[in-house]
Amino acid sequence: MKTIWKQFSVLPSFSLTLGFTIFYLSLFVLLPLSAVFLKTATMDWGALWVTVTDPRVLASYKLSFGASCVAALINMVFGLLIAWVLVRYSFPGKRIIDGLVDLPFALPTAVAGIALTAIYSENGIIGHYLQLFGIKVAFTPFGIIVALTFIGLPFVVRTVQPILEDLDAHVEEAAASLGATGWQTFRRVILPELYPALLTGFALAFARALGEYGSVVFISGNMPMYTEITPLLIMSKLEQFDYAGATALAAVMLLASFVLLLFINLIQWRTGRRYAAKG
Amino acid sequence: MGIIVKSLSKTYGSFVALHDINLDIAEGELIALLGPSGSGKTTLLRIIGGMEVSDSGSVLLDNENQANKNMRDRHIGFVFQNYALFRHMTVFENVAFGLQVRSHKLRPSKKEIRSRVIELLKLVQLEGLEKRYPSQLSGGQRQRVALARALAIKPKVLLLDEPFGALDAKVRQELRRWLRKLHHELNITTIFVTHDQEEALEVADRIVVMNRGKIEQAGTAEDIYHKPAGAFVYRFLGQVNHIQGYIRDGSVHVGPLTLKTAVPESVNGQNVDVFVRPHAVGIASECSTPDMIAARVSHMYQAGSRIKVELEAEGIQKTIEAEVTEEYQRQIGLSRNQHVYITFRKAKLFGPDGKPIDYEASYESSSLQAKEEARIPQIS
Repeated sequence: MKTIWKQFSVLPSFSLTLGFTIFYLSLFVLLPLSAVFLKTATMDWGALWVTVTDPRVLASYKLSFGASCVAALINMVFGLLIAWVLVRYSFPGKRIIDGLVDLPFALPTAVAGIALTAIYSENGIIGHYLQLFGIKVAFTPFGIIVALTFIGLPFVVRTVQPILEDLDAHVEEAAASLGATGWQTFRRVILPELYPALLTGFALAFARALGEYGSVVFISGNMPMYTEITPLLIMSKLEQFDYAGATALAAVMLLASFVLLLFINLIQWRTGRRYAAKG
Repeated sequence: MGIIVKSLSKTYGSFVALHDINLDIAEGELIALLGPSGSGKTTLLRIIGGMEVSDSGSVLLDNENQANKNMRDRHIGFVFQNYALFRHMTVFENVAFGLQVRSHKLRPSKKEIRSRVIELLKLVQLEGLEKRYPSQLSGGQRQRVALARALAIKPKVLLLDEPFGALDAKVRQELRRWLRKLHHELNITTIFVTHDQEEALEVADRIVVMNRGKIEQAGTAEDIYHKPAGAFVYRFLGQVNHIQGYIRDGSVHVGPLTLKTAVPESVNGQNVDVFVRPHAVGIASECSTPDMIAARVSHMYQAGSRIKVELEAEGIQKTIEAEVTEEYQRQIGLSRNQHVYITFRKAKLFGPDGKPIDYEASYESSSLQAKEEARIPQIS
């Protein structure tokens, strides 16, 4: 049985690396997270249920998960497009655009929130024109989606880019020589190769958007039942010294995110398994 | 479908990939494009296939100019060097791809596609593997899937880029024979690219030898082997010793060795390239004639049924490669570091322009012709 666990490798031994992995994850992930659940456990079931099913809270879940999902989907489509342009074409200023992609990572999210609010508010550069068509972005759920799309941009681009770079150009030529149109080649040959990376990018962007606080609070206006995201509710509970209530909401978010990410990983594992098989 | 290539040229920046290529390929022919890497053979194949656009010249398929046709409309089967299989599709889906992407009107029914794919898999001897993914196949199997996939669209021309390049020697040998047989059955005009002269000689009806973007010679294996158009072709087809010599008084001088031959007066005083195939190097343990030079066996190894011998000859800078039968090696007790005498029983001469000199009468002194069994040069 031992041989199944331990395979020869040039890296340090299996037990050492696994031990370190578990220690590290415990220290940085499990320990802080279990504190959330421990604190929540100080409430009794009745109070807990009332807290996490308060209509205002329920509205915030919907907004948080909904807006994050929409933002991640937008990023999946346009992230793929940006990655495509960056990999397939060479043009002056390509490096600069490549660098710009990472900017949402580096920028303090509050700065991003203020900047976006300034642009999209009624007298902002873009908001001013959108106003003419009767579209309001700032201080609506729409604004939240804009902010979440902004901060999630790099994920899909950066996960898809290397896969796209490694894609064998001959495969596309093969498809064309067999009579496939450009669209057929993209849909039937290229896209399936990118699914695992796209899903990873989606999951990362989604997870990041769920936890986002800094940029959203500026652009959303934080109106109860309308533009109030769950992280904001957690913050306000903390400000009222309702620690148990705050951690209760956090626990719900955590569980829901965990289940969702697990589900995405499962899909990815299934698609990845097909051609990861050793030949 | 016949293929005509007319004064095709292609450059990449300052690199001339193809220079004024003209080639006529008859319907049903099996052609090898043979040349070293960088000779332009793959570029030529890709231009015929429509994957690359030439700078000038034209490609005619069935007397129809293909200039304005892209790859999709040329209806050519192409097999890539790395197979370029669709990794996320099963063998079945790979082979069916070309049929499934057809527009509604032209697409066969599901049943027809199924039976066609099964038929093709039978042809390439991969029945029962249709549910596998490419990663679950061996190299030779992948190669055959790629071929079946290309054949699915019933192409009139089949192009193969280094079809056996990535396979091990044994599988390669089998696939070569199999490709010949398949071509015989289907009779599709086929062009394949290779850098392996043995492969070209064995498989092709006609060989096109390319070098530096030009066609050096096109002809049957026999033509090319026995009547090379230039030094390059001779050197490229099999191992050969290349020695500098010069012509004086109707004889060829190679180092201290004088090869008596009837070279024409016109080339007197000229420097020549002397090419000697390893099997034409005569080895003897004693110096029986003045036409021999002393040499030392520096290395010896078994190559199939024959023994390859490397020799350091006096007055010749280069290591001479020779080849003898096992019996002969035993007969004269050839061993490493032994001192022997060698001569060239047959040689080909090429002038400084790379063209053969006195082609028909290339050096083959009858007096030097050894009995093949004994392989001892007998000099009068």
